[in-house]
Amino acid sequence: MRYLSDVAALTRKDLLLELRAKETIPAMLLFVLSALTIFHFAIPRGSSDVAALGLLWVAIVFTSLLGLTRAFVPEREQGLMDALVLAPCDRSTIWLGKTIAVIAFLGIAEVVALPAFTLFFSGLTLKTVAAVALADIGIAAVGTLTGAMAVAGRARELIQPLLFLPLSIPVIVGGIGASATAGPKFLLFLALYDTVFVLLSWAAFDFVAAEA
Amino acid sequence: MFAIAIVSVFFWAPSDADQGLSQRIFYFHVPIALTGYACFGWGAWKALRHLWKDDPNADLESYVAIHQGVIFGSLTLITGSIWAKISWGVWWVWSDDQLVLFLVLFLFYCAYFMLRYSVDPGPQRANLSAVYALFGVVLIPVSFLAIRLSHSFIHPVVFTRSGAQMTGTMLTTFCICLAAMLVLFVTLYQLELAGKRLDTRIRELKELLT
Amino acid sequence: MVRARNLSKRFDTRRIFDKVDIDLDVGGFLLVTGPNGSGKTTLLRVLAGLAAPTGGELELPVRGEIGYLGHEPLVYKQLTPHENLTLFARLYRVPDREQRIRSLLERFALWDVRDKEVATFSRGMQQRLGLGRVLLHEPKLLILDEPFNALDTAGAALLDEELATRSARAVVVATHDPERVEGLATERLGFA
Ligand SMILES: Nc1ncnc2c1ncn2[C@@H]1O[C@H](COP(=O)(O)OP(=O)(O)OP(=O)(O)O)[C@@H](O)[C@H]1O
Ligand SMILES: [Mg+2]
Repeated sequence: MRYLSDVAALTRKDLLLELRAKETIPAMLLFVLSALTIFHFAIPRGSSDVAALGLLWVAIVFTSLLGLTRAFVPEREQGLMDALVLAPCDRSTIWLGKTIAVIAFLGIAEVVALPAFTLFFSGLTLKTVAAVALADIGIAAVGTLTGAMAVAGRARELIQPLLFLPLSIPVIVGGIGASATAGPKFLLFLALYDTVFVLLSWAAFDFVAAEA
Repeated sequence: MFAIAIVSVFFWAPSDADQGLSQRIFYFHVPIALTGYACFGWGAWKALRHLWKDDPNADLESYVAIHQGVIFGSLTLITGSIWAKISWGVWWVWSDDQLVLFLVLFLFYCAYFMLRYSVDPGPQRANLSAVYALFGVVLIPVSFLAIRLSHSFIHPVVFTRSGAQMTGTMLTTFCICLAAMLVLFVTLYQLELAGKRLDTRIRELKELLT
Repeated sequence: MVRARNLSKRFDTRRIFDKVDIDLDVGGFLLVTGPNGSGKTTLLRVLAGLAAPTGGELELPVRGEIGYLGHEPLVYKQLTPHENLTLFARLYRVPDREQRIRSLLERFALWDVRDKEVATFSRGMQQRLGLGRVLLHEPKLLILDEPFNALDTAGAALLDEELATRSARAVVVATHDPERVEGLATERLGFA
């Protein structure tokens, strides 16, 4: 219970920050719409729907990257991680609070992006939507952790994409697979990815947040 | 001494097999790849030791193992693409699971170095490196699975390499090569570790003198 | 409360301090002095449990009983003072949250601006809020890095008063103005 109320307080803080700054969500929305527009011109007429679906997944990963790059900026700018890690709560709550906020941002971006995709390209199956939801969890979990790692160094946000993208390759595979093939195989794979990486990130954050 | 042993094994072993060149590179490619996995695995094990047991040497050992892993990984990519050129006439094949996996790992571990060089030496760098190294070793099977699965929508036909039917001599040669690669790894590992430690000692002494 | 034996800290191979011994109990006041770049902040971060010492033994109160104020006030600039303190009061499980926040904000003359974004504050107002944040959970070990920074006379007087009441806590202060707290110090540590 303690744990959950700490997470709630931290998520609330992140949502409040976004509400104030109004930076990340508008940027993500605009980015994903621009990306889809560009993709319309990037795929030749007569290409298969699968190609368009592939681009949808590319758009999702890069949009999330945009949000994830900003995730720890408020903490970094003020050295606030110091204040947070000194609190008597489990340090993984910082990660979980942030991850939930990122999932919320991603969800909002996708509520716009997915209908836009059906409008611009082709219809979406329920399975694709389920895959997107599963992918969001994994992306947010891993990306929040690498985001915290990135801001610890001198290169700051610059290395966030480098740290995150290799880890996101399985998500892309799972996502496109779920969109393009029949059967629950790829959804199961995404669920497996989520389980493994959520647990790993959750356990590892303690070491990332502070040196002592 | 070690080096002489390795060199002799290197030059003796492939000549033992009387297949074409395409088979011969297999004796390098596969052991190098397996050694690459061993490096990453050892690096992750040391990373775990660092996080868990706070072993003071583990950070450097983990880094050196991963450094070696990236060297072996690059060699895997090179020998793999040579092999691809010889067997399929192209420098790169997306259907070779191992090659694609090594590409993913290569990207991942290059990011590891970027991370490491962006943080000042100290406990925090050790922690971050260790966590990322552990992510790497988890990424290996997950990516492998992903690459396997991806064939179902990227390639209609799944390539299977016919390398299973090895004759006795081939197997022996293969094992010798694998052993040689592992010995090479251990030697390079010890060498680099000793070099890094010496470097630290020298800098410490310099600091004392000033 | 704080017991350090043979404490040392290095950055890579560079020694910042060596063989530091500290004994501090309730009511104790450790004054840390030294020129710029001598290692005061580094020591305070080690004592707050934010940085790991390179060598030696260190015994500290548990997390949550420490209050650390660094060079930065460590508050979210995009949030208001009230939101900042509410967040930290939740994380630190402060009882009677609203009342405690109100009394602190009033004390540091920030009650009237409680709903304004911290980004719009002057440096001194931010420092006052930072002080409010470290005092919020009544820490047993209070660690302040140049706390008089940017404070006006009234703010400094408030801080003097706070530093003088140590019936339930130990205090560590690093400052370039040792005269100000000279009378309070029970221990001294000078870095060269
Ligand atoms: N992360 C770091 N990596 C390497 N060196 C560092 C790091 N942080 C501090 N230093 C070095 O350690 C020394 C002590 O720094 P510190 O910030 O503790 O000094 P200080 O006494 O607090 O100075 P000031 O009075 O300016 O606040 C400095 O010379 C600084 O260059
Ligand atoms: Mg300082």
